[in-house]
Amino acid sequence: MSHFEFKRERFDLASYQVLLADPVAGAYAGFEGWVRNHNEGRAGVLHLEYEGYEQLGVKEGERIIAEAAARFDITKAHGIHRLGKLEIGELAVWVGVSAAHRDAAFDACRYIIDEVKHRVPIWKKEHYADGDSGWVNCEACAAHAAEHHHSSPQEST
Amino acid sequence: MAEIRVEYFAILREHVGCAHEALSTPATTVGELYAELDQRHAFPALGRLKVAVNDEFCDWETPLRDGDLVVFIPPVAGG
Repeated sequence: MSHFEFKRERFDLASYQVLLADPVAGAYAGFEGWVRNHNEGRAGVLHLEYEGYEQLGVKEGERIIAEAAARFDITKAHGIHRLGKLEIGELAVWVGVSAAHRDAAFDACRYIIDEVKHRVPIWKKEHYADGDSGWVNCEACAAHAAEHHHSSPQEST
Repeated sequence: MAEIRVEYFAILREHVGCAHEALSTPATTVGELYAELDQRHAFPALGRLKVAVNDEFCDWETPLRDGDLVVFIPPVAGG
C-alpha cells in the first residue's frame, strides 16, 4: 500500500484513519491542514488552487514517511494532499500516524507535515476577493529577485 | 543534440503558456538547458529553483540524454 497520495476530490478521512489501526498501536496523532481566508496578513482569500508534480511528489512523500518510520517508533503513517480548486475551510492536507505511545505519534506527525510542506512539489495559488491572484512563495520571491538582479538559479539555491 | 521533453508547473506553466514542450537541444546539462530556455522564455527570477530529471531531483550539472523528462521546480507551497 502506498503511504502518500494525491486526491483531486474530497475524501472520507475516517476510511483512511482506520487503515492506521493496529493491535500494538495505543496512540493516533493526526494533522489536518484547512484552507484559510487570509495569508501573510492579507485578508480576502476566496479559494485556493493546488497544483502538483504528482510522479515526483508521491516518491518524495513516500521518502518522508520512510524517514519518519526510521526516526520514530511508529506503527503506521499515511499522508494525503488535495489538488485542484479548494474552498475556504476544506481539508487540504492530512497526515495520520499510529504508534504504541503518543510521543512517537506526535513527533512523527510533526516531522512528516513539516517535511511535506518544504519538499513535496506542490504549488498553491491564492485567488482574492479583489480579483488578484498569485502563487504562494513564488510571486514575492520573483519580485525580490528582480529587485536584486538575481538571475542564475544555480547560484541562489 | 538531445531530444528531450520539458514539463512546466504552476508559475512557470502560466509564464510559458503551456504545460510541456518537446525539443532538440545542444545543451549537455540541465543547467545549460535552463539557460537556453531562459533565453527563449525569459523565466521569472525564482529564488530557490530546483530541477528534476525523469521524476527524480537532481543537480544542475546532471548530463542530458535522449528521452529525458526535465522539470524545473519553483519554490513549493504545500499544506
